[in-house]
Amino acid sequence: MKHTLSVLVENKPGALMRIASMFARRGYNIDSLAVGPTERHDVSRVTLRVDCDQHPLEQIEKQMHKLVNVLRVAELVSGEAIERELALIKVTAPPVRRGELLALAEVFHARVADLGPEALVFEVVGSPEEIDSFEELVRPHGVKELVRTGRIGLTRASDRTGIKRRQHILR
Amino acid sequence: MNGADAVLRSLEAEGVEVMFGLPGGAVLPLYDAMARGTTVRHVLARHEQGAGHMAEGYARASGRVGVAVATSGPGATNLVTPIADAWMDSTPLVCITGQVRTHLIGTDAFQECDIVGVTIPIVKHSWLVQDVEQIPPVLKAAFHVAHTGRCGPVLVDIPRDVQEAEIDFRYPDEADLPGWRPPRRVNARQVAAAADALARADKPVLYVGGGVLNAGACTELHELAETARAPVVTTLMAKGAFPETHELFFGWPGMHGPKWSNWAMNTCDLLVAVGARFDDRVTGRLSAFAPGATVVHLDIDSAEIGKLRSADIPVVGPLRDVLAGITDRLRAEGRAPRTEAWLRQLEEWREQFPLRYARNGGETLKPQTVLETLRDLTAGRDDVVWTTGVGQHQMWAMQYLVCDRPRSFVTSGGLGTMGYGLPAAVGAKAARPDATVVCVDGDGCFQMTCQELATAVLEDLPIVVVIVNNGYLGMVQQWQNMFFDDRLSHVHLTHQVPDYAMLAEAYGAAGFTVSSEDELEPALAEALALGRTAVVDCRVDPREQCFPMIPAGAAAMELIEFEEPEEVVG
Repeated sequence: MKHTLSVLVENKPGALMRIASMFARRGYNIDSLAVGPTERHDVSRVTLRVDCDQHPLEQIEKQMHKLVNVLRVAELVSGEAIERELALIKVTAPPVRRGELLALAEVFHARVADLGPEALVFEVVGSPEEIDSFEELVRPHGVKELVRTGRIGLTRASDRTGIKRRQHILR
Repeated sequence: MNGADAVLRSLEAEGVEVMFGLPGGAVLPLYDAMARGTTVRHVLARHEQGAGHMAEGYARASGRVGVAVATSGPGATNLVTPIADAWMDSTPLVCITGQVRTHLIGTDAFQECDIVGVTIPIVKHSWLVQDVEQIPPVLKAAFHVAHTGRCGPVLVDIPRDVQEAEIDFRYPDEADLPGWRPPRRVNARQVAAAADALARADKPVLYVGGGVLNAGACTELHELAETARAPVVTTLMAKGAFPETHELFFGWPGMHGPKWSNWAMNTCDLLVAVGARFDDRVTGRLSAFAPGATVVHLDIDSAEIGKLRSADIPVVGPLRDVLAGITDRLRAEGRAPRTEAWLRQLEEWREQFPLRYARNGGETLKPQTVLETLRDLTAGRDDVVWTTGVGQHQMWAMQYLVCDRPRSFVTSGGLGTMGYGLPAAVGAKAARPDATVVCVDGDGCFQMTCQELATAVLEDLPIVVVIVNNGYLGMVQQWQNMFFDDRLSHVHLTHQVPDYAMLAEAYGAAGFTVSSEDELEPALAEALALGRTAVVDCRVDPREQCFPMIPAGAAAMELIEFEEPEEVVG
């Protein structure tokens, strides 16, 4: 069973390393990890996708809480949160195949980020599941290179508990 | 003043009495500041590992934060073992290391090591101080983190140029740590549930770990045990947290714990873990551990709840409040404890399965006899602090010494650090100058850190080292004997090299050699009364094994007992 954790950390040197080191040391599996700034310059948000087959989520959350730079750990529960991911996919695209690929892209609202004589680069944003589907569909055309940001997420705008928790840490 | 002065002013502001360290290039400004004057005593160790274990021994004997100082590079890496030890045993420690100048960091400069990176998995937190203005707030935070919540080690790495930079010193009143919020309050409903479970239990056991000492909750533990009439077992780390002469005390659980202690733990109907973490040396095979017990788990660290054994009733919070809360609730309800039959059963087991060994008619000196004699010579004294190394001698010390007071038994539990005992004794002596500090050591352990005899002698921190010298790396020898068909591989150290008494004398300490039972008591008595550092080399039976024993991976109930050889009489 996989879970997404949204973790607010102090924007201090080594904060990410401490999280990664703790995961490695305790044998927790990370599927994806995305780090970036938040609305506060001194706080970063780490979004982690963790595999909880061997270690219960509760234990992972508690161990993270013990890290001094970690301000808050919250699970993004599907339905109560939105999750997005961005992928760049370089696909073999000789002129004769382009039409088919572009039709496919339209369905997924993928954008052509770059175009070369024999290949093109798609930029696609969506839920991780949508990206999985798009990836699968373009794969038969020949995927030369692929990169995904890893999922990021926020609780829904209608979620009141999320707002309350945020106020608590902002004090 | 400069940054180095600011470090000392910060330590003074924290009320630090003593630090243990060894100078070097990257801490020259700090040592120069010491030369200018400070109220903090500096104890000069002979090796940074020694300094680190001294700081640990100080912390464990006093309940205060230990402070160790080392230079960059090798000085800092020599602190890694004590830091890991303090991490495993939750010992509050502030390690201050020098670092190369900031502009040299990352250039592989002389004596450069990324000690913050090296120690990340074994510290609660660490700081690389890159601005002199950060020295006071970082040290404030470092001390705060080390001793709040679950205790443990922190590291503060200070580049040399930061120590030299000028600063207007002001020490903050509070640490600025928005992400560090250890639990301070206790959930009253959980306390009530725990009290209710205790009141209803027929066969409860209080399984007490080192957390009780760190929490300063021994009085509260005592009151709870007496109110609930619940038997107490203490782990190696908690030895002395509950008086061992008390009628409710039932020994130490685990790999070399007596049968009656392990049977108590494993047949109880309610197991109350108090600041304990279900370590594998305590539980044996986890799936077979205390199978019929409801588990109440009391701890300051919520991550310990359910880490290894799921808790039916978890209570997270400061143990003083938790234990006092449960006692208050039990008293308010006034239900009579139902444990008398259980206590009688435990008494019976204790009488039925005493710790035994073959005394051999005094033909060879038995290690257990050394410990029994030490116990008898110190009986009734409340001013003795024991330290140990790691191995057979440590287990015999656990089995045979009697500790009635908190913080009177200082040992390396989780990491199992050989060589811990002697420097820890020096640190304990600094913490308790009026106490008689005795290190029960093995010959293997002694040889790992014996250079600190110089520190004991020259810093006027006299200790008594009793070497249970079996001429072997005894515990490894025991495993090779029991689980590898007695194929002894690289474990023989010999009784006589080095000559420990002569080595002691070379350091300016008193040396004694004991080879027979007759010589034992006089030598130990003299060493204990000497008032200066002494080493008593007790040359014991080389192949004595430590029993009982729960083999690794076995269930606690499958423990192997000592079997009396047929030809031996009493």
